[in-house]
Amino acid sequence: MVVTGAGIVTAYGSGWRVNAEGFRAGRTAFRPVTLFDVSRQRSKIAAEADLPDVLPPTRLAPRQVRRLDRASRILLLAAHQAWGQAGWEPSEDLPLVLGTTSGGMLLGEEYCKRALASPHSHRGQPTRALHYQPQTQGRVIAEALGFSGPILIIANACASSANALGQAWEMIRAGRADHILAGGYDALAQLLFAGFDALQSISPGGCRPFDAHRDGLSLGEGAAMLALETLDSARRRGAEILGELIGYGSTMDHHHLTQPHPDGEAGLAAMRRACEVARVNPADIDYVNAHGTGTPLNDSSEAAAINRWAGSHAAALPVSSTKAGIGHLLGGAGAVEAVVCLMVLREQWLPPETTVETPDPICQFPLVRRPSDARCDLVLSNSIGFGGANATLLFRRRP
Amino acid sequence: MNRVFVSGLGAVSPAGWGVPALRSALAAGEPLPIGFIERPGWERPFHARLVPDPSPRPAFLAHARLRRASPLTHYVAAAALEALGGISLHPALPPRLGLIVCLQFGCVQYSYRFFKEVLEAPATASPLLFPESVFAAPASHLAALLGEVSLVTTLVGDPAVFLQGAALAAEWLLEGRVDLGLVVGAEEANWLRSDAIWQFDHACVPSAGAGCVCLSLKAPASAGVELTALTDAQTCLSSRSRGLAAQLMRQQLPAGSAKELLCDGLQGCRRLDAPELAAWRNWPGPRLSPKRVLGEGLMAASGWQCAAACDALARGDFTAATLSLVGCNQQAIGARFVRAT
Repeated sequence: MVVTGAGIVTAYGSGWRVNAEGFRAGRTAFRPVTLFDVSRQRSKIAAEADLPDVLPPTRLAPRQVRRLDRASRILLLAAHQAWGQAGWEPSEDLPLVLGTTSGGMLLGEEYCKRALASPHSHRGQPTRALHYQPQTQGRVIAEALGFSGPILIIANACASSANALGQAWEMIRAGRADHILAGGYDALAQLLFAGFDALQSISPGGCRPFDAHRDGLSLGEGAAMLALETLDSARRRGAEILGELIGYGSTMDHHHLTQPHPDGEAGLAAMRRACEVARVNPADIDYVNAHGTGTPLNDSSEAAAINRWAGSHAAALPVSSTKAGIGHLLGGAGAVEAVVCLMVLREQWLPPETTVETPDPICQFPLVRRPSDARCDLVLSNSIGFGGANATLLFRRRP
Repeated sequence: MNRVFVSGLGAVSPAGWGVPALRSALAAGEPLPIGFIERPGWERPFHARLVPDPSPRPAFLAHARLRRASPLTHYVAAAALEALGGISLHPALPPRLGLIVCLQFGCVQYSYRFFKEVLEAPATASPLLFPESVFAAPASHLAALLGEVSLVTTLVGDPAVFLQGAALAAEWLLEGRVDLGLVVGAEEANWLRSDAIWQFDHACVPSAGAGCVCLSLKAPASAGVELTALTDAQTCLSSRSRGLAAQLMRQQLPAGSAKELLCDGLQGCRRLDAPELAAWRNWPGPRLSPKRVLGEGLMAASGWQCAAACDALARGDFTAATLSLVGCNQQAIGARFVRAT
């Protein structure tokens, strides 16, 4: 199965080029939060995305466009890019597989605030109730791009969009579809920000995944969408191939709702499963895009898993977490990091974590800390979700 | 080709905890008594059909992962354990379980409580509430309760997603990835959810609970139930109304007969019911409409519909049952079950 289109929106910007430049340089995009009040929170920064005032032309009527919430706009931008790059035509039977943790949570929050503040005023409330639900965002994408087909929405916390891509891979592999639009998204929302702050999981100064003195994650927002299709379909159309999705592993960590198993058992199993399916060995992998949130527990667990999985190859395996630059995109993280993997394969560089000062000694692998070129044919991406969902995706360069 | 069978059923509903309570309420056919949910700022509360407290309290609720969990998680766990109850879980060779939890509104009680705390004093908002507000929390807790679960996922969307969950479970079974596929649909009651439903239909009576079906490739020893058809997901778009989606779903299923049951989602709300009523206008057999008795349980109601239809088949009341799920804002999907031979 190959990728013929990739759309990406992060705090670096909208589109492949601006994001590739940001990831390649290891730039950090954190700044004071402006979307909601954080004055009484412990942390006050996040990686907000700057969205264009005008969305690209689609089949949506102006009235529909005006109603789009922030999450829908982010998702639509990414989907439009993937669709355009793939060169797909409107279709009657195109599945859409999305991952998200919170859909249009900002609208849900607004609904709640208004219901409390003006209990007898219902102006705009039906629209908010409808548009905060992720299935509405899925329908918006289908309407905008002119396709119909089943919409499947996976909400496995931070592994949501990696699972969405994996599910799409399973569907194509089983012959249930020959092309699928898949990915994930999440917009920043007050409830999410306050939630991670309440857990004291947010770093006050910006995340430093795998640093010995890391003190938490940073939140971001964004989306990535991938146009996935069979190799035959892509060849028939003469489509440009960005990379190949060759393996997927999905496992469950039963240890705790918010903490991974210290030994990284489930993460290890997901990586092993993805490699087994793809028939590759850890020694074949050229780069790992780690989940790497920057929380003490996540990173030590994931590092343990990577150490055990890679074995003696660990010492020569470059690893980095691109959350160091754009923060944790929650439901959008897995898909955005999948696009980062495609960038690595296409452009042959490694995305550094420039914020790391002292690598945690638990890391038996080299952390990528400076921009560098590298020969990469096979890359792996990990996603580890709140609640225990783990997913690993494997991408291969097509010459 | 492999066949997919129903190995177990579970339900938590305003009728009580368990499929027998659901069965009794539906057999009586009378709408259950109305309860109330206070709505801040309103003098009159919302009408609702609420899940009664379990009596006696199930022992599994004392599990460390469930003690502080939301009612939603309790409903999910109870329905799933009931569905697994009749299945031999051999300790030496436990079956590989797949778990799919389907939600529309999800953990809205804890989400509201947490957000209210955030609005009042964010620095002291409870770190215990936030994790429970995540869509994936019920599946995570249930997986921990069950011990080893091979595949776990949470699907969100409108109530027809329950049959997307069943389709996914069937795929996992047919691909040999699991031995049992648990599909749970659940919702919990809260004034915000009632408020959102009220925006679209004032007559709708929200309810809560969970419904579960356990699928496997093994034919049950006793008279069982087989899943024989699942329609495509007929997505609603500007160019395809709910009514058209329901019609397209109906066209993919057999015409039915006088001995076949139609288990639909009608609830007595004219506007919400109209598309489904039109799609099944000429159904030749008996009908069962659980929402008329239990209220609008959204994803839970889809689980009740599925459990009620399969239960009626398992008891020999009908030879086949058609399940109609016409979701509120995403899609229409149908399924057909027959008595296994």
